[in-house]
Amino acid sequence: MPDPALLRVEGLHAGYGRVPVLHGVDLHVDRGEIVTLVGANGAGKSTLLRTIVGFVRASQGRIVFDGDDISRIVPERAVRRGIALVPEGRMLFGPLTVEENLRLGAFARGRESAGHGSDLEGVFALFPVLRDRTGQTASTLSGGEQQMLAIGRALMSRPSLLLLDEPSLGLAPKVIAEIFGTLGVLREQGLTVLLVEQDVKVALRHSDRGYVMRTGTIAMTGTSADLMADDDVRLIYLGAWHEAALGGDGTPMTGDAR
Amino acid sequence: MGAAQLLQFTIAGLKNGAIYALIALGFTIVYASTGILNFAQGEFYMLGGMVAVWALRTLGLPLLAAVPAAVLVTVGVGALVERLALRPRRAEAPLVLIIITIGVSMLLQSLARHLFGPNEVALPPFTAGPSITFFGAAIERQTLWVWGLTAVALLVLWVLYTRTKLGLAMRATAVSHDSSRLVGIDTARVVMVTFALAAALGALAGVAVAPLTQTAYDVGARIGLKGFAAAILGGLGGPVAAVAGGLVLGLTESLSAAFISSTYKDAIALVVLLAVIFLKPSGLFGRAGREKV
Repeated sequence: MPDPALLRVEGLHAGYGRVPVLHGVDLHVDRGEIVTLVGANGAGKSTLLRTIVGFVRASQGRIVFDGDDISRIVPERAVRRGIALVPEGRMLFGPLTVEENLRLGAFARGRESAGHGSDLEGVFALFPVLRDRTGQTASTLSGGEQQMLAIGRALMSRPSLLLLDEPSLGLAPKVIAEIFGTLGVLREQGLTVLLVEQDVKVALRHSDRGYVMRTGTIAMTGTSADLMADDDVRLIYLGAWHEAALGGDGTPMTGDAR
Repeated sequence: MGAAQLLQFTIAGLKNGAIYALIALGFTIVYASTGILNFAQGEFYMLGGMVAVWALRTLGLPLLAAVPAAVLVTVGVGALVERLALRPRRAEAPLVLIIITIGVSMLLQSLARHLFGPNEVALPPFTAGPSITFFGAAIERQTLWVWGLTAVALLVLWVLYTRTKLGLAMRATAVSHDSSRLVGIDTARVVMVTFALAAALGALAGVAVAPLTQTAYDVGARIGLKGFAAAILGGLGGPVAAVAGGLVLGLTESLSAAFISSTYKDAIALVVLLAVIFLKPSGLFGRAGREKV
């Protein structure tokens, strides 16, 4: 029987230089799933995504994608392999136009980018506002439009796995709703999504399962519904502490101090 | 000074300016894709002229073959410089890489001295014949070649950057290596192509001007300085600014020779370089800030 998991991370250790960030991360994302990764700043969420695509080298453990060990992949190969990262901060080509950014998204597909025009149409169908901005440089877009362009650029590579790093960062609630609304459409198109998000409520509402990361390891996992019902998660990430347990200095109290 | 004389100085200025423009372009495209200044750029110019003379005299190739052969050989050298001298140290700070290019420049110069000898040499003009008279000023036929080849190089570069996938990858790499790798661009290869292209521009300048001024193993440093000054004048920005910087520098030199003294002609480039660095570091056409996303 084939492995239902499209992505499987096993005992992953990684870090920057001599500073370790990930201490044995285990997680998997099944085909067609939307999985959310939550956790405090510095827990290693972004580092995990950056390690999966090869910006950060794994020092121990394995990353298996679609049955192949890709632990030593480099980013320019990962996208060819079918993994597209929408990075934190978007990393668009600011001085280049919206259309050029999207064309660059299809760069990895090389000669078989014949379906390029229809892919552009697909992105415009998802984010109609980009259609009116094709000739504008990416740096002139609003934050929400930039995020849409970053996702559109990633989709142009026709990935099977989409990694989204903090797509809601700095955006208005209405724009966040629009962006998360597209996740369902993408899933119907056969995409698998691993999402890192600080807006835990929105993220869990739009995903099937979730993992909670704490200081470089997975602290908790479960279906999104279970996690949303969990007291720890509610307390720390869902703002329940606002009403219940705000510490004297405005920081949330930890689980033990409840 | 008569109008014809002034025109004569202007023509000389635009001729040197075209050469400076090609060298400045070499500096600019390498800077854009790597963030480093390649001080071996002048050696590409030297190699263009010297290899052409060597191919003509030693190998006995016809001029028509010696000229493109010299450009091709230099392109190979440019790619090798990137691959062997710079790529192994790509993770180092820009200053380290810049110092490596200075070392490469010295190496290429002493290799050229060993291979081609210490003497000054010259190429015959690409087309023989008397100068053309233009409103009382004389234009050597080779000067027309310099302008023509510069124009062709600019056109090819423009088509490459705006109409091809490689050009788009080069522009993307100039914005950000990480973003480029994310969409699947092999940035190491793009950087190598950029060095090869910069070498082609330098060699083209060297081979086009070799019939007008003699060339030797040690001409690289001087032209490298001129081209660097022109590139700084253009703000190390786009290709158009680099070409404008080259032409402005050539004209400034030539007209200062006309009105002040030709003794100080070479010092002009340095004065211009220092003035731009002190007064307007973003270059003549530079904006105050850099765009960012």
